[in-house]
Amino acid sequence: MQPKDAKTLTELLSGTELCLLRGERCLFRELNFALSAGELMLVQGANGCGKTSLLRAIAGLLELETGYISWQGVPTTKDRQSFSGDLVWMAHRVGFKGDLTLVENLRFEAGLRSASLAEIDAVLDRLRLSSLTDLPLRSLSAGQQRRVALARMLTSDARLWLMDEPFTNLDRDGRMLVEDLISEHLAADGLCIVAAHQDVRLEVPMQRLNL
Amino acid sequence: MPGLWQGLRSIVRRDLLLAWKRPGDMLNPLFFFAMVSTLFPLAVGPSPEQLALSGPGVLWVAALLAALLSLNSLYLSDFEDGSLDQIILSPQPLPLLALGKSISHWLISGLPLVIASPLLAMTFRMPANTTAVLMLTLTLGTISLSLLGSIGAALTVGLNRGNALLSLLILPLAMPVLIFGARTVSLAAADDAVAAGIYFLAAYCMLALSFAPFATAAALKISNE
Repeated sequence: MQPKDAKTLTELLSGTELCLLRGERCLFRELNFALSAGELMLVQGANGCGKTSLLRAIAGLLELETGYISWQGVPTTKDRQSFSGDLVWMAHRVGFKGDLTLVENLRFEAGLRSASLAEIDAVLDRLRLSSLTDLPLRSLSAGQQRRVALARMLTSDARLWLMDEPFTNLDRDGRMLVEDLISEHLAADGLCIVAAHQDVRLEVPMQRLNL
Repeated sequence: MPGLWQGLRSIVRRDLLLAWKRPGDMLNPLFFFAMVSTLFPLAVGPSPEQLALSGPGVLWVAALLAALLSLNSLYLSDFEDGSLDQIILSPQPLPLLALGKSISHWLISGLPLVIASPLLAMTFRMPANTTAVLMLTLTLGTISLSLLGSIGAALTVGLNRGNALLSLLILPLAMPVLIFGARTVSLAAADDAVAAGIYFLAAYCMLALSFAPFATAAALKISNE
């Protein structure tokens, strides 16, 4: 695809005419969005309206009925691998093994996608997890597990962050921490899509998508 | 992105580490195999002719069922804790990671069966040269089962109580392994030529090795939707 004007040049991620069915129900149709570097998209809506499904469809975990997602101008179905390399996914479930310690889990992740474990101590310090590195993850609290999920995002060098309800189970400090991390990521020309049922007040370039 | 070899190594290492922390999962199939194989001679009686006749079949059936027993959990915990999402979304090719899961599954549940088989063959008074053939056929057979079984495990992972369905899906694929495996050991016990059976099992194993990871990857994507 050739960029048509200056605007499409800066658009990194776009969705065109998206439609998603779950069973008989249509969650959304003819949905369009475009995101440039340093932008946040906030996906809002009531419970069960398809926020998580939209995020899963963008990530490529769900098949879209019609439409396509483009990353850097190339449909993601054409170049799965480079899109996956640029993406990190934070879901409800942490996606780490409860029997392994935090460092063992992160080491596994580093074998799958580019991640920098060099500054891991600084990351864990920032997330206030440094005292918990020797414990198996299942012994951590729900809020601590959310912080662990953040460790994956911070050690990866992915440009696109997909976050599904990142604020659940977090205390006030944790909430502020997530907001800080998002702002920093956007300031470094990253992109972020957040699905949340609460409002997010951030001083960053932000789009709202109401489902 | 880390290389393919590193991706394969890290998923094998993670699963071995998990098995090490929960040895019960690893020992279950082995206990099943040992129990069936030791109880059987007690039930049918100690006559050496009868034991020599039924030995290969019983050992093979017990090994097959033990391997099936452990397949159900292959992708279940990854599905439940969300790791499967992360695995599918990793830039590594999914068939490679599926191959890694099968390799670690074999190391955890197949290899112990092979290692324990000479001991259990003794309860059937199996001579040494037949035991060697038993170990060889079991090695090839359990590798095939770990690979083919992963397809079924991937297909049924999202279903509640997919266990019965999994056995139903896998048994037809496992039949040739059982027939050729048990028959080859019987032939070895009768001092007959065994090469043909071993070649077949090796060919079946190669076939599974080249197709199963791709089929498993496709099945995982569907199940995880």
